[in-house]
Amino acid sequence: MTSSQSSTLLSLDRVSLSFKGVKAVSNISFAVARGEICALIGPNGAGKSSLLNVINGVYRAQEGSVSFDGEIRRHMRPQHAAERGIARTFQNIALFKGMTVLDNVLTGRNLKRRSTWIEQALRIGRANHEDDVQRERAEKVIEFLRIQPWRDTLVGKLPYGLQKRVELARALAAEPKLLLLDEPMAGMNASEKTEMSGFIVDINREYGTTVVLIEHDIGVVMGLSDHVVVLDYGRKIADGAPEEVRRNPEVIAAYLGTRH
Amino acid sequence: MEFFFEVLIGGLLAGVMYSLVAIGFVLIYKASGVFNFAQGAMVLFAALTFVSLVESGVPFWAAFALTLATMILLALAVERWVLRPLVNRSPITLFMATLGLAYIIEGGAQALWGAQVHGLELGIDDVPLEFGGLFVSQFDLFAAATAATLVLVLSLLFNKTRIGLSLRAVADDTLAAQAVGIRLRRIWTVVWAVAGLVALITGLLWGARLGVQFSLSLVVLKALPVLIIGGFSSVGGAIVGGLIVGASEKLAEIYIGPLIGGGIENWFPYVLATLFLLARPAGLFGERTIERV
Amino acid sequence: MFYTEAGQFSTRYAADRRVFRLRQDRFALALLLVFAAGVVPLIGNDYWFNAILIPFLVLSLAGLGLNLLTGYAGQLSLGSAAFMAAGAFAAYNFQLRIEGLPLLISFGLGGLVAALLSVVFGLPSLRIKGFYLIVSTLAAQFLIPWVLVKYGWFSNHNASGVISAPPLQVIGADLSTPVGRYLLTLGVVVALTWLAKNIVRSELGRNWMAVRDMDTAAAVIGISLPKAKLLAFALSGFYLGIAGSLWAFAYLGTVEPHGFDLSRSFQVLFIIIIGGLGSLLGNFLGAAFIVLFPLFLSNLVGLLPPGLIDAGQLENVQKMIFGALIIAFLIREPEGLARIWQKFRARARRWPLRY
Repeated sequence: MTSSQSSTLLSLDRVSLSFKGVKAVSNISFAVARGEICALIGPNGAGKSSLLNVINGVYRAQEGSVSFDGEIRRHMRPQHAAERGIARTFQNIALFKGMTVLDNVLTGRNLKRRSTWIEQALRIGRANHEDDVQRERAEKVIEFLRIQPWRDTLVGKLPYGLQKRVELARALAAEPKLLLLDEPMAGMNASEKTEMSGFIVDINREYGTTVVLIEHDIGVVMGLSDHVVVLDYGRKIADGAPEEVRRNPEVIAAYLGTRH
Repeated sequence: MEFFFEVLIGGLLAGVMYSLVAIGFVLIYKASGVFNFAQGAMVLFAALTFVSLVESGVPFWAAFALTLATMILLALAVERWVLRPLVNRSPITLFMATLGLAYIIEGGAQALWGAQVHGLELGIDDVPLEFGGLFVSQFDLFAAATAATLVLVLSLLFNKTRIGLSLRAVADDTLAAQAVGIRLRRIWTVVWAVAGLVALITGLLWGARLGVQFSLSLVVLKALPVLIIGGFSSVGGAIVGGLIVGASEKLAEIYIGPLIGGGIENWFPYVLATLFLLARPAGLFGERTIERV
Repeated sequence: MFYTEAGQFSTRYAADRRVFRLRQDRFALALLLVFAAGVVPLIGNDYWFNAILIPFLVLSLAGLGLNLLTGYAGQLSLGSAAFMAAGAFAAYNFQLRIEGLPLLISFGLGGLVAALLSVVFGLPSLRIKGFYLIVSTLAAQFLIPWVLVKYGWFSNHNASGVISAPPLQVIGADLSTPVGRYLLTLGVVVALTWLAKNIVRSELGRNWMAVRDMDTAAAVIGISLPKAKLLAFALSGFYLGIAGSLWAFAYLGTVEPHGFDLSRSFQVLFIIIIGGLGSLLGNFLGAAFIVLFPLFLSNLVGLLPPGLIDAGQLENVQKMIFGALIIAFLIREPEGLARIWQKFRARARRWPLRY
């Protein structure tokens, strides 16, 4: 078989990104293996979110390339990224606020449909059967993340923690190969964080989904991830297993300040 | 060739009149993010109030002051009854609210002052003056000079005064401005009052030209393409946009109109603006914002 | 508690997907349709058909067309009337120039022409967002009627651009009487509303709402923004085009391009603001309001001593009240009359309990 069987799912090659001359990310390369949980950490403004945005095509990198599942791209449109199997959540929840939880999760299934809008509008052909199938898949995800009681609630009315979970459900419903999570535990208390970490590990184990996540809580990161990439001021300063990274002097300096 | 330049200059000067309406828009848009469709209705209301006062024997400057006072009252009312309850709502909601506002002001103006056409005499003859073989309307020159003065005064207001500084702070970041103690409500009232003054001046100039009547409120439709071309948030852009629309509209009417049947000035600026949008979505002077997710 | 839902569980997804999940709702709807199609034609008089029911139904359909675009897909438009005009004039020409073309087919073709034009003027939506779009829709609003007036071909060289209704015949039945025109309108509106209900509940409807609520997230989940937006423009144009044909031929009989001016576009916009953005029921409630309110107001004035308020003044007062209502709805009930109706129903479901 070809490269799709290789152990590397995603790799970034010397990616640089700047906004109106201000460098957000400079010359970053790293690789994510199939099936691992990779954490991007670093202080605020280190360029973590920008990097996620480059990976799924929301931003266009000025230099470098991204290779995903055997396909090397300088830039891909977000929609193409989704088609190739990348799903994500956002730092500031980006749910469809005027829709119910179920409808939000169903939007995650949109690429799996084969019937045309005309078939669906007239309820002919494949449409009805397909509706059942997609609904069943969506219900499975809803059950998995334990949000059944709110299935028919408008997401705008849910509390923050649940919204984060719905957003994860929407991404998961797409059955992605790669799941990008931008601060999935931001603003949560300890028990909520534990619950969310549990979900992420379960997703990784049960579906074999590769995860790249951004998180500030070092304790959570070290417990959760197989691989940690540390950024500071748009540069990569460390890359490796959690224990290795924890001992890296540059990382200690970035997080605790340099000793003079 | 001389004919071409006369058309061009006539168009540019007409464009100044469009710019005047557009400036009223820009002020409000900058300070409150509201796309104020009621600006045209305000022009009508101001002109009707002024002309009715003058006709009932009030002297020019007293009528001007009284009308201005009315516009300030209107600004207070708008802030209290429209903007304050709609704070933090989507731009489209606010836009639709100003559609409602336009209906109230238009209906109110006509209910109060009647629907007949009033003549308005500013004492400036609309006679052509000759400059090196080109004929230019004296009235147009006067309008252009007024607009230039207005822009100068406004930029002094914004750049040299405390209220101007607050206003720019609000335009830049509403929440941060409130956090440092700027009173949003006062800023809004001031801006709507200034927009009322701009409406009054626009109403006088347009009224003198077209007669004070309902169709004055339609000048808002002339200002929209100007704003798109110039960008919503720049007074300079409003001026340049007005000039571009004025000039190209007149030239198109003369040179393209006969080929396709004439009467194209209603839609030509819109088609032009649409093409502009396709080429430069943020307008000539607007900046593209970076979307953060 | 006649409204009890107890015991009505959906055991299959198909049952849960039904347009009206509750038995009572299905029954009420069937009753309403039977009443509208079977009883109203018997008890209604010409005034009711001509001045109230037909314009109400046509405006509901026009509101529906705009609501698909603005309420569901989040794309603002001030050019609704232009697409109504395009539909009406296209249908007229199809009838005129193609011998023996069935009436409903030419309505449909008129709708398709309007849909196509709507897509063309919707193209800028691929690059710009929010209220910038009103410029390209206003371009349509000014350009399309101008073309219809300027080029006599469209009105078969009528001096003032006026077109008249073709014979209103559907499958041999003559529908040119007031009752006939009412039934024609009712049939078209009911069928298209059913279709719209299916569309907004299908994947396309969800994609529209996703684009409306958060377009970046929609693209990231794999929704094609251009496709969703342009389909919204197309379907909106189609509905508006057919509404235009009904307006011209079933309601007015004769119409000129200026009958579809900017104020008509505003009227359609007000219907969906008052009725409820993103609600199908809202279009009907909003249209009913827009049709009935002026009648109500002029009757009210009729009770006052004569001469106190003349017709011109009445129009001004009406305008002010409309404006104030728009603002009031945006402030107090942004989801419009449809939301008020829902609240009432939620009460009725619990009645006589309070909570």
